Amino acid sequence: MNLNIIKSRHFQIVILLLPIWFLLYHNLLPFTDWLVFNVFGMTKGEHLTEALWFLIFEFPKVMLLLTLIIFFVGIIRTFFTPERTRKALEGKKTFTGNVMAAMLGIVTPFCSCSAIPLFLGFVEAGVPLGVTFSFLIAAPMINEVAIILLYGLFGLKVAVIYVVTGLTIAIFAGWIIGLLKLEKWVEPWVYETKVGQNGLDDSKISFETRIKMGFEAVKEIVGKVWIYVALGIAVGAGAHGYIPEDFMASLMGKSAWYSVPLSILIGIPLYSNAAGIVPIVSVLIEKGASLGTALAFMMSVIGLSLPEMVILRKVLKLPLIFTFIGVVGVGIMIVGFLFNFIF
Amino acid sequence: MEIKILGTGCANCKTLEKGILIAVEDLKIDAKVEKVEDIIKIMGYGIMKTPGLVINEKVVLSGRVPSVSELKEIIAKHQ
Repeated sequence: MNLNIIKSRHFQIVILLLPIWFLLYHNLLPFTDWLVFNVFGMTKGEHLTEALWFLIFEFPKVMLLLTLIIFFVGIIRTFFTPERTRKALEGKKTFTGNVMAAMLGIVTPFCSCSAIPLFLGFVEAGVPLGVTFSFLIAAPMINEVAIILLYGLFGLKVAVIYVVTGLTIAIFAGWIIGLLKLEKWVEPWVYETKVGQNGLDDSKISFETRIKMGFEAVKEIVGKVWIYVALGIAVGAGAHGYIPEDFMASLMGKSAWYSVPLSILIGIPLYSNAAGIVPIVSVLIEKGASLGTALAFMMSVIGLSLPEMVILRKVLKLPLIFTFIGVVGVGIMIVGFLFNFIF
Repeated sequence: MEIKILGTGCANCKTLEKGILIAVEDLKIDAKVEKVEDIIKIMGYGIMKTPGLVINEKVVLSGRVPSVSELKEIIAKHQ
């Protein structure tokens, strides 16, 4: 660290914005109460009041949380490039490799459009197939957007449960795929591809650039997900006041055991990012769906997405894709049953 | 100079291409801009995050889309 950091323009902007953020965040609740009850003069307890209050409070709250966390995660991620992750995973054969891959999957920047170069890069570097899969399962399923939304709408406990069970699924699913020795179902050209050296050295990025990349992450991710958050919360607000409390109980409640596998099957073709699905899941739970079923549904929607399978089809043969869906699906199902049983 | 944008057609790759075209026009330099979409060729450059930016066969950027002004700096630096 040196004085240049303080002189950096982006750093000064951050120092200026942080207090404003805290001021906004901590006054949101009284402001919403004031707006809804005093300015609009609405009565507490009415459906419309509840719906409007939910919308006015939750949307800015989630957006504020998203902006702050994505900014810091964006900076942290400049230290965890895929190149470094690959290096860390090289030659890791057994269970340790799966654990490391799943955890690195959370912090390494990942987008499904980069899944192919990443897969090729890993395989080329000698990262075992099962370990690569642990990474490919964890990376999209456990990301900062999902964690923030779960924390914002359900609280810390559910967010932690999601991360821990997601990691467990990624570790074991990858480990099992490794044990099955399915290299024969990887497209042969994968092993023939020569991966070049790019000579890019990401370790020498200046602090100024890292902060700038934090801003870029906010602009890119928040710019992309805000509409899903808005839609999800609007649906949530509508359901909040108007749909009866136990509406989902018979469909997705604890007593309906078949709801877990059914939710997973429905979740696979449904493709949404975490931003869109979490507010919906929060409504499902509020209206009587059990935690295990809702969690299984959410993991299936985010973790097993059809578009990603289509992309992976370029490097994997169909039997491997189905094995992948099967192993992860069973993992999610166990999680779903387990939490329906515990809670 | 020769500028290549590496990407399999994701949204970010298109954004980078647009940015590069604007930057090249603003700088009024003579550059050949080419888009590389073949994954095997992309892997030859050793990047693991798309989009990638290659100037005169040297990888200068991977996995992010900088602003047009930063792109101009990058182009100027590698001219």
